[in-house]
Amino acid sequence: MRTPLDQLSVLLLLSAMALYAIAFVAFALDLARRSSEATQLADARAGVRRTTTAASVGGGGTAVLEAAPPAPPLIVSAKRTAARVGVGITIAGFVLHLGADVLRGVAAARVPWANMYEFSMTGTLIMVGLFLLALTRVDLRFLGSIMTGLVLVLLGIATIGFKVPVSPLPPALQSYWLVIHVFVAILGTGFFTLSGAVSAVQLVQSRRERALAAGRPATRLRLLATFPDTNRLENIAYRIAVVGFILWTFTLIAGAIWANHAWGRYWGWDTKEVWTFIIWVIYAGYLHARATRGWRGDGSGWLNLIGYAAVLFNFGVVNVFFHGLHAYSGLSS
Amino acid sequence: MSRPSDFADDGFGDLRGDGPQNPRLGALEWLRWAWRQLTSMRTALLLLLALAVAAVPGSLIPQNSADPNGVINWKASNPGLVGVANALQLFDVYTSAWFSAIYLLLFISLVGCVVPRIAYHLKALRAAPPRTPSRLGRLPAYRSESSPGDPARALDAGERLLRRRRYRVARYGDSLSAERGYLRETGNLLFHAGLVGVLVSVFVGSGFTYTGQRVTVEGETFVNNQSNYDSLSTGRFFTDSTLQPYSLRLDSLTVKYEQQNPAALGEPLDYTARVTTRTPGHEPVHRIIKVNDPLEIGGSAVYLLGNGYAPHITVRNANGSIAFSGSVPFRPQDSNMTSLGVVKAEHTTSQARQIGLVGFLYPTVGKLSTGADTSIFPSLGDPLVSFNVWAGDLGLNGGATQNVYVLDTSRMKQVAARTLANKPIQLTRAQPTATLPDGLGTVHLDGIARYAALDIHHDPSQGWVAGFVVLTVAGLLTSLLVPRRRMWLKVTDDLDGGLRLEYAALARGDDPGLERAVGEFAHEHRRELEAPTPSAERVPAGV
Ligand code: HEM
Repeated sequence: MRTPLDQLSVLLLLSAMALYAIAFVAFALDLARRSSEATQLADARAGVRRTTTAASVGGGGTAVLEAAPPAPPLIVSAKRTAARVGVGITIAGFVLHLGADVLRGVAAARVPWANMYEFSMTGTLIMVGLFLLALTRVDLRFLGSIMTGLVLVLLGIATIGFKVPVSPLPPALQSYWLVIHVFVAILGTGFFTLSGAVSAVQLVQSRRERALAAGRPATRLRLLATFPDTNRLENIAYRIAVVGFILWTFTLIAGAIWANHAWGRYWGWDTKEVWTFIIWVIYAGYLHARATRGWRGDGSGWLNLIGYAAVLFNFGVVNVFFHGLHAYSGLSS
Repeated sequence: MSRPSDFADDGFGDLRGDGPQNPRLGALEWLRWAWRQLTSMRTALLLLLALAVAAVPGSLIPQNSADPNGVINWKASNPGLVGVANALQLFDVYTSAWFSAIYLLLFISLVGCVVPRIAYHLKALRAAPPRTPSRLGRLPAYRSESSPGDPARALDAGERLLRRRRYRVARYGDSLSAERGYLRETGNLLFHAGLVGVLVSVFVGSGFTYTGQRVTVEGETFVNNQSNYDSLSTGRFFTDSTLQPYSLRLDSLTVKYEQQNPAALGEPLDYTARVTTRTPGHEPVHRIIKVNDPLEIGGSAVYLLGNGYAPHITVRNANGSIAFSGSVPFRPQDSNMTSLGVVKAEHTTSQARQIGLVGFLYPTVGKLSTGADTSIFPSLGDPLVSFNVWAGDLGLNGGATQNVYVLDTSRMKQVAARTLANKPIQLTRAQPTATLPDGLGTVHLDGIARYAALDIHHDPSQGWVAGFVVLTVAGLLTSLLVPRRRMWLKVTDDLDGGLRLEYAALARGDDPGLERAVGEFAHEHRRELEAPTPSAERVPAGV
């Protein structure tokens, strides 16, 4: 039913998307700026190296340094005007997005995550929200274009492909487990998204570092010099993924409990259950990889991305094309 | 062996630098070597990934357990692949030999990994923290300060502070070595051991379960014994006495459909089954079963998983005797409850003239543009039952159980159908009776009731599984969220006659708060030293 509330929700969502698009451009400008900063930084570093060489030649000091000399500051200009603008606009987009989501829930008189359209809308909202939240603790603004870009693509697919009018909940979904299970899944997906984005950057950074270590000049993607190093990126990705994994564990358990209420068995290898399990196992593998010799670094980074690919597959492909008891896409087949 | 030999960690390795293995050819060494491979971190990781990959095909190809009809359709549309698929057990992936092999190996690896770690951890729990490293400056978190004062007092103050932060402290000469967060490893072990518990209870528990289906028409009573189930699958340890005595009468099944929202017209909003249950020695009880709300009775749970219409049909022979009379469950075919059903009238005057009726129920009938009947709403607005008629031998005497939804027409002849001179017979509320062709008799639609498809499950292991899941989650949370740290304080004489205080820390695994913990410890320690008397204020634990 096209209620006025639902129409307003769509309007807000489209406006939020427009803002995200602008934020995307702002973040991209920031990346472009970083590129030129990195060049300056490389020049500055070369200068530092020249002076230290001169000093040691002249001094012939006796002091034994226990720690390495402090690295030159990674970030030359801390201002990042473009990135700040990006963050501001993303916040504004988030507010509209939140409004759209709430209105959809009010229009349907239930939680706004009962079909794929709503799931996408709430899921992307959580992604943006977590990204903004993370910014208060770590400077992840370099992820701005990945995050806003991804959210835009997902929302685009949702509004074009998954849009369904407000409709009542079928009896199988009338359960508070819908609220718990699906919301925890959405939240977990949000953390996995952020973690995956960090891992993606980590993998690119690692290529650059390997090139540098091999003495080859890393001329491509100089802006990476302004990003944290692979080790730090890996730690950030891990920390975020850990939260995602805990939430996913709850998703799995809550799903099993719900299945037990609704279908009389807690586990039946239904397609959706299978994929939830696969995702859980891949991320368990990822946590192991971090503690296994030979799998640190790129290995674990790739596993994180594979896990995220499974998350996207589970949502985008399994819901729409696979048959199973979890037929809740709201799309008629 | 404490942790797997290829366990890598940021922090304090309990690593045994075994180095490259050089297995001599003795059988024992080989076994040991193989065991070490199986319980290594890499193997665990690869087995986990293998498990993830192996689970995929079961989601691509329909499974006998979850979707038997899908299997039949798949076989029909891929006849060439059926042989391969059967050979690879692709219709039973999750019980297949290869899937089981992977999880059994993982299970063995898990046990082989966890048991020695538990033994090691128990020892570590009682041991004193290790000696202070000689060069604290090498550690990931380090801070050095100078202060006037007395070394013994500085060490005392440090020990007090660390103990207050729930570190276990040992004094080695001029230094303190402290450790906290043993709970992290405890949690990790609890998590892995909990997984073993979950798997074992699922496996053992499956022997005691049973799952049965029963289609019950309004007014009918189901009695809980084996012959009353339409289908019943049981675990290894099932006996007749597993079924506790009770009966359940379906008084009514009400279904509400959306009537207003045009986007969802006819979508079901609610199913409510009212039942009366009787157990020996008790008064009958009226209960309600809903979709997400099963009925607990006799150690089992009764679920409402499906519904449909069951027209009550009476077929009379030409001489007026009753050939069949009863409720016939029809199977829903679409969202408007167009339903397909079969009536088998066997008590005819001669076996060669038994009657089979195959046809559709349209709860609210409408016409397609082709002229064919269809249902336009799922509730009984204006029902029509339309039957093709077959005459001949129903084949019920063969003894083989027959599918009630299928008519075996091999020894029958169609006598009424759209394509024949005799058109299908049609029964409505206004015209509930029709005459069969060839003088076979009459058919009467007595009424239409609903039926509930009930699933009855008994799984005594659920409590165990749930208990182990709770332990597993508790273990996971502590293991991932409790930091495990070592902290050191070294007090040496400064060149200027004061004290040099060195603080250092090391974490197991990833620990974002390590630097801060050292900073805070150093800060508190300095304050304590500068204060005239040792302060007695409490420092919040867990920093
Ligand atoms: C059923 C298979 C397994 C699953 C689902 C699983 C899952 C996990 C998870 C989620 C973690 C991270 C949380 C924690 O630290 O407690 C973990 C850590 C760990 N697992 Fe497993 N595991 C499995 C089998 C194994 C096996 C067979 C081994 C032995 C080789 C093993 C050794 C470890 C170790 C040493 C850690 C600690 C890693 C660290 O300190 O970061 N796991 N496991």
